[in-house]
Amino acid sequence: MLKPPLAFVAAAFALLGAYPLLGGAYGMDLAAKMMIYAIFALSLELLVGGTGLVCFGQAAFFGAGAYAAVRLSPSDAPAALLWLLPASVAAGALLALAVGALSLRTRGVYFIMVTLAFAQMAYYVVHDTALGGGSDGIYLNFKPALGSALDLDRPLPMYAFILGCLAFSFVLLALLRRSRFGRALAGIKANEARMRASGFSTYPYKLAAFTLSGAIAALAGFLFAVKDGFVNPELLSWHFSGAVLVMIILGGLGHLRGALIGAFAFTLLQEFFKSEAVFGAFAKHWMLGLGLSIIGCVALLPRGLVGMPAWWRERREQRESRGATGAMP
Amino acid sequence: MDFATFLIQCLNALQYGLLLFLVASGLTLIFGIMGVINLAHGSFYMIGAYLAFGLAAPVAAAFGGGFFSVLAIGIVLAVLLGYALEWAFFAYLYEREHLQQVLMTYGLILVLEELRSIVFGDEVHGVAAPPLLAGSLPLGDTMSYPVYRLFISAVCIALAAGMYLVLTRTRLGMMIRAGSANREMVQSLGIDLEFLYRVVFAAGVALAVLAGMVAAPVSSVYPGMGNTVLIACFVVVVIGGIGSVRGALLAALLIGFVDTFGKVLLPQAAGVAVYLLMALILLWRPEGLVRAG
Amino acid sequence: MNPMRITVLACAVLGLAPLVAQAQAKLKVGLMLPYTGTYAALGNAIENGFKQYVAEQGGKLGGREIDYVKVDDESDPAKATDNVNKLVKRDNVDVIVGSVHSGVAMAMAKVAKDSGTMLIVPNAGADAVTGPMCAPNIFRSSFSNWQPGYAMGEALAKKGVKNVVTITWKYAAGDEMVKGFREAFEKGGGKVGKELNLPFPNVEFQALLTEIAAAKPEAVFAFFAGAGAVKFVKDYAAAGLNKTIPLVGTGFLTDGTLEAQGDAANGVQTTLHYADGLNTPRDNAFRLAYAKAYKLQPDVYAVQGYDAAQMLGIGLAATHGDITKKAEFAAALRKAKIDSPRGPFTLSPSHNPVQDFYLRQVANKENKVVGIASKALADPGRGCKM
Repeated sequence: MLKPPLAFVAAAFALLGAYPLLGGAYGMDLAAKMMIYAIFALSLELLVGGTGLVCFGQAAFFGAGAYAAVRLSPSDAPAALLWLLPASVAAGALLALAVGALSLRTRGVYFIMVTLAFAQMAYYVVHDTALGGGSDGIYLNFKPALGSALDLDRPLPMYAFILGCLAFSFVLLALLRRSRFGRALAGIKANEARMRASGFSTYPYKLAAFTLSGAIAALAGFLFAVKDGFVNPELLSWHFSGAVLVMIILGGLGHLRGALIGAFAFTLLQEFFKSEAVFGAFAKHWMLGLGLSIIGCVALLPRGLVGMPAWWRERREQRESRGATGAMP
Repeated sequence: MDFATFLIQCLNALQYGLLLFLVASGLTLIFGIMGVINLAHGSFYMIGAYLAFGLAAPVAAAFGGGFFSVLAIGIVLAVLLGYALEWAFFAYLYEREHLQQVLMTYGLILVLEELRSIVFGDEVHGVAAPPLLAGSLPLGDTMSYPVYRLFISAVCIALAAGMYLVLTRTRLGMMIRAGSANREMVQSLGIDLEFLYRVVFAAGVALAVLAGMVAAPVSSVYPGMGNTVLIACFVVVVIGGIGSVRGALLAALLIGFVDTFGKVLLPQAAGVAVYLLMALILLWRPEGLVRAG
Repeated sequence: MNPMRITVLACAVLGLAPLVAQAQAKLKVGLMLPYTGTYAALGNAIENGFKQYVAEQGGKLGGREIDYVKVDDESDPAKATDNVNKLVKRDNVDVIVGSVHSGVAMAMAKVAKDSGTMLIVPNAGADAVTGPMCAPNIFRSSFSNWQPGYAMGEALAKKGVKNVVTITWKYAAGDEMVKGFREAFEKGGGKVGKELNLPFPNVEFQALLTEIAAAKPEAVFAFFAGAGAVKFVKDYAAAGLNKTIPLVGTGFLTDGTLEAQGDAANGVQTTLHYADGLNTPRDNAFRLAYAKAYKLQPDVYAVQGYDAAQMLGIGLAATHGDITKKAEFAAALRKAKIDSPRGPFTLSPSHNPVQDFYLRQVANKENKVVGIASKALADPGRGCKM
């Protein structure tokens, strides 16, 4: 019998695979967007949950992948997918390498602030200079092609491709956690001083994690650009960096499936608060509900949604044990 | 750039820097003394601007008061708001990790923005400067400088001086400086930390609200105005040194000049310049320019 | 009646029924406009104008009643793709009308081009919409950013002005207007000394006003709209610049803003495809009806909304209410001469209005026509492959 977490993940992927048969055009579009956010959340989970590095600038790497995808495509013909995808991922990885090399020299709240500063720099470069094409954004005129095998202009192949990338990222990170590298990162998260005392040079490990995280975020950005065909500087804004942090906390830190759950829950929560069917005219104030939910979630669910079954079980055991020993005086 | 223009740009830079200092000083005290990262600080600035807009008509109708009455009432409301918010929300954040503080205050930003939308709507509004200060001072043959901007700078300088006096010459100021340098020691000395925290928080909120009210005539009142100020404030606090008011002043002026002259000399690089500065300073002196205490 | 005839008649009725049902079914029009933020007044004016034309046609276009679905685009290009996808994929609208902000319209044009949904742009002047992103199902009832800029450049060069500084927001609309201005102005022998800009929707003009004073140009060409235009003209006057350096711009600087700008706007010259006091029977009738219905004076945005509905009506009339007959729809509009309150106009091959641009000057809180800056100006539609 599969262990519950593994069963859960398998079921989730099966459901995602079957969804195109159930949902309509809009539903597939929404599900595709959620999967892209899930890849983005996974990249941050590697840093925050896996290594204990709170990065407030993850959107910069997402944006790097998205803008690279658009900028490196010719304006009058489709680019080759086999070339464009690795190039966009590499763009994100390189940016992460540069930012990480400098930021990792700081710690704690200063690290948070420095990553924010670098993300803002990337934002302004894209917003103000010719490199980014300005505040309105730029078009991807032709989606990249893989010969005739994969036609990304049609929604179903696009959906399948994104699902494939999500599965790949998840498996990659799951294997990484069990590897020696992943365990070193966990050690750094638990107590960096002790790791150094045992002879580990922690800086290269942190830098490697940071770079890999940037690469995966860039993959998510690449998929976003290809799906919508339109990118704009807000993809690098600190709001987006904040949103992805909320996603992994909401889902539950320290678990890969937490990133998945968090991305889906956050997007669905947004859609819920925006829906006029439930809130009528008040739906335009959806950020109020979202804000209160974030506050509530952080305050009341410290382990996120992933921790809910365990939390429920603990409460039930508490109640049972109190009953077994008789009424309290 | 000729000398007259240079002088005027310096005035612009000074005014922007001082206004930034007013908002950031509250943030650095809250950060330094209570150890709380408050992302919602920019929202207090926005609340100030909207108060200046929203109170103008009722105050004029109630007792014919003008701009200065609005300012006074606004400050009182701000102190009350700060007190209430600290008691109801921020007191729970002190013992939590930075990540949780970031996220909870991020949620607070969304809540405050929407409350503002519900109460005041989403249009862009103008606030008129008081007639006393609405004129312009001629400087050079084509250019006049609005008197109101000089007023803003004057207010900020007065408040900076006031803060200096309170921090260096009063008992409260002494406790604040001590708490900023070493919180545990202050606690073990038996000083009522709860009261201290509440006062500091209310003061920080009041400073931000006042800055918003005073800036409203020149910056207009529009949704999202808190966000731009917030990021600039964080840069000021981090460059200046967390908990140091003197550092915040230095950093704010530095940023005022870099931003103003950047916009004029290298418009494409202006946005990047401030963050580049922050990154460089942090890599050189990770604790900021001035250590607190 | 003989059974054969009855059968034939019955079949005919049954065959026509779906067609009749289709023609009677309501036409879903998705309005994606800014209902909040700096362009809120413009969004409302466009909707008012659109609905006024529909009301004048008895509530029906092409024999079909209109069902409106509204989305607030908040003038935010970042949310635009999601918003327009909601209209096209979730609400399944037949026609999308929008937007004001050029960046938002660009996102809408991409989705419209990919999905084939009919799009009528009632304001946003992004050159790309009738340029590289042009399509048989995309139309514009307003202008391209290049047009009013070019018209002002022509007018200023004709007056003998040689040295100008431009100032605008740094986004597609601002850049393209300045480009159009520059093209005509430099062709006429002038030179643009400095191109100043600041990020949208920032209104901190002080540092840049100082720069203008230092550069001492013969005139300043500005593009701002909505609340930003109000603030700029007032700040310009507060800095004393209006006494020595004339301010000119595209009409958005002074359209719908004169009440708020007051005396600061007096003497400002602008170019636009509409003006107050055109005094044609068509315009007078339009203005009277608009003022009666909405208790407001109409502006260029209301006219553009009105004409968007008019264009939709012309297309639907040609296809008898069938929105899926895209080729006939487009063909009808390409030949049409649209009788607009601004004056009659036609559509260029890239579906942008070919129209006169008036030169107006502000006096007594009105944009009075003082001449025609450019007659029958057509946007070159660069990059459009249709």
